[in-house]
Amino acid sequence: MTSRKIEVLVGLFVVAAVAAFFMLAMSVSNMSSYTGNESYRLKAHFDNIGGLKVRSLVSAGGVGIGRVTDIQYNTESYEAVVSMDIDVNYNKFPTDTAASIMTSGLLGEQFISFEPGAEEEYLKEGDIIDLTQSALVLEQIIGQFLYSQSDDKE
Amino acid sequence: MINVITDKLQALGELTLKSFQRLGRASVFFLRVAASGGDMLLRPGLLIKQIYSVGVQTLLIVVVAGMFVGMVMSLQSYYGLVDFGAEDSVGVMVALSLLRELGPVITALLFAGRAGSALTAEIGLMKATEQLSGMEMMAVNPMRRVVAPRFYAGVISMPLLATIFSAVGILGGYLVAVELLGLDSGPFWSQPQAKVDLYLDLYNGIIKSVVFGVVVTWIAVFEGYDCIPTSEGLGQATTRTVVYGSLAVLFLDFILTALMFAK
Repeated sequence: MTSRKIEVLVGLFVVAAVAAFFMLAMSVSNMSSYTGNESYRLKAHFDNIGGLKVRSLVSAGGVGIGRVTDIQYNTESYEAVVSMDIDVNYNKFPTDTAASIMTSGLLGEQFISFEPGAEEEYLKEGDIIDLTQSALVLEQIIGQFLYSQSDDKE
Repeated sequence: MINVITDKLQALGELTLKSFQRLGRASVFFLRVAASGGDMLLRPGLLIKQIYSVGVQTLLIVVVAGMFVGMVMSLQSYYGLVDFGAEDSVGVMVALSLLRELGPVITALLFAGRAGSALTAEIGLMKATEQLSGMEMMAVNPMRRVVAPRFYAGVISMPLLATIFSAVGILGGYLVAVELLGLDSGPFWSQPQAKVDLYLDLYNGIIKSVVFGVVVTWIAVFEGYDCIPTSEGLGQATTRTVVYGSLAVLFLDFILTALMFAK
C-alpha cells in the first residue's frame, strides 16, 4: 500500500464523515430552524402554562413565527411570565393581540397561538401581551366533568 | 487461624495497592502521550497512516453495523407505535436514539473490539520483540514515534466513525420504514427536524464519541505499552483492552447522559 493511496483513503474517510455530519445537521436536526433572522422579544403573563417549555413553538394561524425563550414565575402577581422571540418579519401584530396556549392534537405538545386584534399600533420589542388564555389542563377538565356528573345525579 | 486471616488481608491489600499503582501509571502515561502530540505537526504522515489503520479499516464494520441497527430500530419501533397510530414517529425515534446513545456507544464498542485490540497487540508485540527498547537505543522516543500517533488517530477517528454510524443508521431506518413498511417519507424527515436539536442532540452525541475515543484508545495503547512481554501477557492485555474499554464506554455513557440530558 503506497502512502499516496493511504492518504487518499483517509481523505475520503474524512469527507464521508463531514458529509454524514451535514446530512444529520440539515435533514435530521432542527438546524434549518436556526434561521439567524433578527427577532424581537415579547412577554405574556399566564395563570397556568400547562406543559409549555422553553423552545416551544409560537404560531399565528398555524404558521410558526417564533419560539419560547424563557419561562419564569412571578411571585408578586403569582403568574407565569413567558418570554418569546418573534421573527422580525412578523412585526405587525396589533397591541391587543391575544396569546393563548393550545395543544396540538389531544395529547400533543403545547404551543402559543397568537390571535391578532384590531388596534392601530403594533407590538414591539419588550412589550407585554395582556390578553392571554391559559393552558387547558386535562385533569381539571376531567375533574369538572366528573363533578358535574355527580351534581346531575343529586 | 490468625495467619489465614492476615494472609487474606495481605492479598486484598496487595490487590488494592497494585490496582492503584496501575491506575497511577495509566494516568502518568496519559499525560505523557497527550504532551507528545506536538511531533505530529512536524510529521503528519505518521498520523495519517495510523488514521488509516485505526479509522478507515474500521469503517466497513461500522457502516454495516449502523445499517442493520437503524433497520432493526425502525422495524421494532414501527411494531410498537403502530398500535397507537403513532407510526409517523418512527423517524424521530430512530434519529434520537441513534444520535444520543446508540451511535456513539455501539461505535465505541466496535471500535474497542476492532481497533483497540489491534493497537494493544501491535504495541505489545513491539515491546515483546524489543522494538521499543531498540528505538530508545537509537534515541528515538517511542512515546512520540509509536504511541502518540496511534492515540491521536483513535481520538480523531472515533467521532468521525460515530457520525457515519448515525447517518447510515438513519438511512437504514428510512429504507425499512418508507420502502419496506410503506410509511410516508414526509413525517419521517419532518418530525426529526422539529424535535432533534442541533446542540442538545447532535453536538452532545459528538462530544460523547470524542470522550469514548479518548478513553478507549487510551486504554488500548496503555495496555499494549504496559503488557507483560510474553505471548501469554500479550493475549491477556488484548483481552483487557476490549473488556475494560467496553465497560468504560458503557459506564461513561451513563454518566454523560445523566449530565447532558438532565432537565
